[in-house]
Amino acid sequence: MPPGQYLTDDFPVLSAGPTPHTPLEEWTFSIQGGAEPVSWTWDELRALPSEEPTVDIHCVTRWSKLDTTWEGVSVDTLLDAVEHDSAYAVAFCDGGYTTNLPLEDLTGGKAWVAYRYGGDELDPEHGGPARLLVPHLYFWKSAKWVRGLSLRDEDEPGFWESNGYHLRGDPWLEQRYWGD
Amino acid sequence: METRDLKLDGNAIGGLMLELVGSDLTAAISVCGGCGAHEEMARLDVYTGAGIVVRCRHCEAVMIRIVQGRGRSWLDLSGTASLQLDQ
Amino acid sequence: MTWLTAEIAAVNQETPRVRTLELAARGWPGHRAGQHLDLRLTAEDGYQAQRSYSIASAPGEPLALTVERLDDGEVSPYLVDEAREGDRLEVRGPIGGYFVWDGDEPQPSLLIAGGSGVVPLMAMSRHHAQIESRAPMRLVVSSRTLADVIYREELNRLTAKGDGFEVVHTLTREQPPGWTGYTRRIDPELLSEVAFPAAEAPRVYVCGSTRFVDAAADGLIEAGYEPGWIRTERFGATGS
Repeated sequence: MPPGQYLTDDFPVLSAGPTPHTPLEEWTFSIQGGAEPVSWTWDELRALPSEEPTVDIHCVTRWSKLDTTWEGVSVDTLLDAVEHDSAYAVAFCDGGYTTNLPLEDLTGGKAWVAYRYGGDELDPEHGGPARLLVPHLYFWKSAKWVRGLSLRDEDEPGFWESNGYHLRGDPWLEQRYWGD
Repeated sequence: METRDLKLDGNAIGGLMLELVGSDLTAAISVCGGCGAHEEMARLDVYTGAGIVVRCRHCEAVMIRIVQGRGRSWLDLSGTASLQLDQ
Repeated sequence: MTWLTAEIAAVNQETPRVRTLELAARGWPGHRAGQHLDLRLTAEDGYQAQRSYSIASAPGEPLALTVERLDDGEVSPYLVDEAREGDRLEVRGPIGGYFVWDGDEPQPSLLIAGGSGVVPLMAMSRHHAQIESRAPMRLVVSSRTLADVIYREELNRLTAKGDGFEVVHTLTREQPPGWTGYTRRIDPELLSEVAFPAAEAPRVYVCGSTRFVDAAADGLIEAGYEPGWIRTERFGATGS
């Protein structure tokens, strides 16, 4: 367990706003900021090869949950469709939430766009239809209701990172707040 | 988490705001930077995520963000156009 | 504002899940009806947990909180099941300048409570009696069963005074034989039957879960009430 965390069997729901309900027929996942914008409809995303990671998750509010099972598309698979030379990304979401990540943290089999949890379709209160899953960072980086990535040359603070939370958020280094 | 009622109201952060700014703001008139609505802070929507998020009850725009940790507090009022502080 | 040490001076079991704690807090500045306070517990290892609780007592009366046990809560199980007279905890407050009733206005007041949302409304009801207000005040209480009704006997006594204070109960889950009150959740039809006419421009205070508060406020607006007349307080995740 990372320092300062306690174990929970629950799956606490934290939310920065109301739960969005975008109809699947209007839903897309897009990657902007590359040579050409690329986007997938819901059906197109679901037709991509998926993976089923089992991972531990760590929330900055100090709960951790072990061996959670997910299904989703690796971010590597999505970025393969985009020509770019960016080093950073901002994930954007229904409801306006954003979070920033270096592409290093999104690639190499470490991050997914997840649409199933524990064998079921991902519940809206946990981020369904799809959320980002970046389990090696604090869970605020695993943006709920994710709709795409905006590629950037520089690291640009997201919703929480611009108001006190750490730019990167590595739980093993306890990177919770600015200056950690 | 004890309940699925994730949406609270500005009454719930009365003590927190008192701690941060030194006065009780529950009855303070706030103006939404998004739609311009005037409301007492008690009438705003409050969500608890990694930090506290206060949203306009009319347009859902973020009006206030609060993060606390390691003896520090961060208060982002960029979504609030004006806040009336009574003497 | 600083934290004050408070000692539990008396404990009263209201229902199987709900208890009233009377607190003696040196330096407590007094409160208005409808206000709440923040309460903080510190474990032996230094871990602190903090929650907000409504004040149940009338202004000028000894400080009292009424707390409902939330089974997976961090603070309420201690307060309801374990806390004893003489135990110490910390409080700060009072807090709130919006959800308050001072009794200085002549309009009728409609108070609508979902479950333990009755607590701040009880402070208003007690204040109404204490200042001998003649302004009409009607308290609508939604509870699951008769055994879950908080302050039942005191509400009967307050009603019997005949000073313009009335109580309407609805029991949403189970009713005793011969029950003549309402038997369903708050809905627009129920509200139209119990609400003062919109022409009287009543002041309204609603306290309960988000779902309850939204249902009550929407129903009253449907009945012709102005949104500005309706003051609400939602409780939920921070109230454990």
